[in-house]
Amino acid sequence: MIAIVDYSAGNIRSVTNALGRLGTEWTLTASPEALRRADRVILPGVGHAGEALERLRGAGLDSVICDLRRPVLGICVGMQVMCRDTEEGPAAGLGIFDAHVRHFVKSSPQDKIPHVGWNTISNMEKGLFKGICPGEYVYFVHSYYAHLCPDTVATTRFGSDGMMFSAALKYENFYATQFHPEKSGRTGELILRNFLEL
Amino acid sequence: MLAKRIIPCLDVKDGRTVKGIRFEGLADVGDPVELGARYATEGADELVYLDISASREERSAFTRLVGRVADRVNIPFTVGGGISSADDAAALLDAGADKVTVNSGAVRNPGLITEIARRYGSQFIVVAIDARMCEDGEIHVTTHGGSRMTDRLLLPWAIEACERGAGEILFTSMDHDGTRGGYPVDIYSRLAESLPVPVIASGGAGGMADIADVLTSGRADAALAASIFHYGEITIKELKTYLRSRNIPVRL
Repeated sequence: MIAIVDYSAGNIRSVTNALGRLGTEWTLTASPEALRRADRVILPGVGHAGEALERLRGAGLDSVICDLRRPVLGICVGMQVMCRDTEEGPAAGLGIFDAHVRHFVKSSPQDKIPHVGWNTISNMEKGLFKGICPGEYVYFVHSYYAHLCPDTVATTRFGSDGMMFSAALKYENFYATQFHPEKSGRTGELILRNFLEL
Repeated sequence: MLAKRIIPCLDVKDGRTVKGIRFEGLADVGDPVELGARYATEGADELVYLDISASREERSAFTRLVGRVADRVNIPFTVGGGISSADDAAALLDAGADKVTVNSGAVRNPGLITEIARRYGSQFIVVAIDARMCEDGEIHVTTHGGSRMTDRLLLPWAIEACERGAGEILFTSMDHDGTRGGYPVDIYSRLAESLPVPVIASGGAGGMADIADVLTSGRADAALAASIFHYGEITIKELKTYLRSRNIPVRL
């Protein structure tokens, strides 16, 4: 069973629909027991990372997530809260990934924030990205980013100066994507399937 | 590199996709869910669904339709049409929409943009602006599908919308919409220069070269079109292959 962490993280319907299209059973839960029992855990997130962290800590789910031993996938803000800290708040993160989360800075007036739309990913490690070629497109919507770090397992670029940042992170059993695999067409479906088959 | 987006737009009335010229004489072009799924498979980057029905009963039917789209389609989609409160937006988001677009409701009550952005984030709100050139030589914002003129001017309104939290601006020139004579490229490039958020061009495409122009000289981040796709004149694949041949980054 796939457990989706229920912490009022905004619209999670796109995640549940994507799992439905893959024919996977899922449950939405805030129960520490159910999360520990699950084969896979997905930490979604839309909106404000600082507030998301407050809600996770308020529900006592921060330590539960950090202690999980089965594969965990953070998506978008779900990824950002798993980092060391975030400027959005600012707030201390769960510290699973060795990355800081910063607000984008424009290097030219042509740069647009949020970084929204389809961008290419490169420098992927296998695992989550098995069967995905460098240069394939995935869908991003965000104003904060995780810089490159030893946990980076895919990269993309922002702005006219092509600043490279983390499109995905991995540490032990923890995986996370800044982009939305559930909205990234067939490429995204393959990434989700890879996560389910890890 | 961020790709330029191609966005088919589906106007929905009584559960069907329709297309009119300047909102007069609507033709039925198919089931909105099937059509959207087909566009997604063919390479559309996003979809926009606009509810052009009037009554409350039809509104709830549209919300159910949004749920069916969310079940089926694996790319982002935006919905709108008649949103006049943050609760209207909430119902559509709960049904599975990725973004909402507000138009007349925001002109009437600009606080609506602020409220939706505060509750759900800027990435959820696209402000659509319909405007047309007036006798005074200025481009005035219109409401109700272009039928009502306001005192607001395009550029100041677009800037205010961004300051209030709009995540994207979707601009339609009512002088060009439905004419197939091309987009007003100069206006788009002025918008793109002045706004901190992505600009979506809409209304006026007659062919692939028009779309290429608005994405290059017009500096738009995305192009939205309806008729050229609905009637099968151009497939999304053909369009993107053409755009790539003109060195425009697209997802193929």
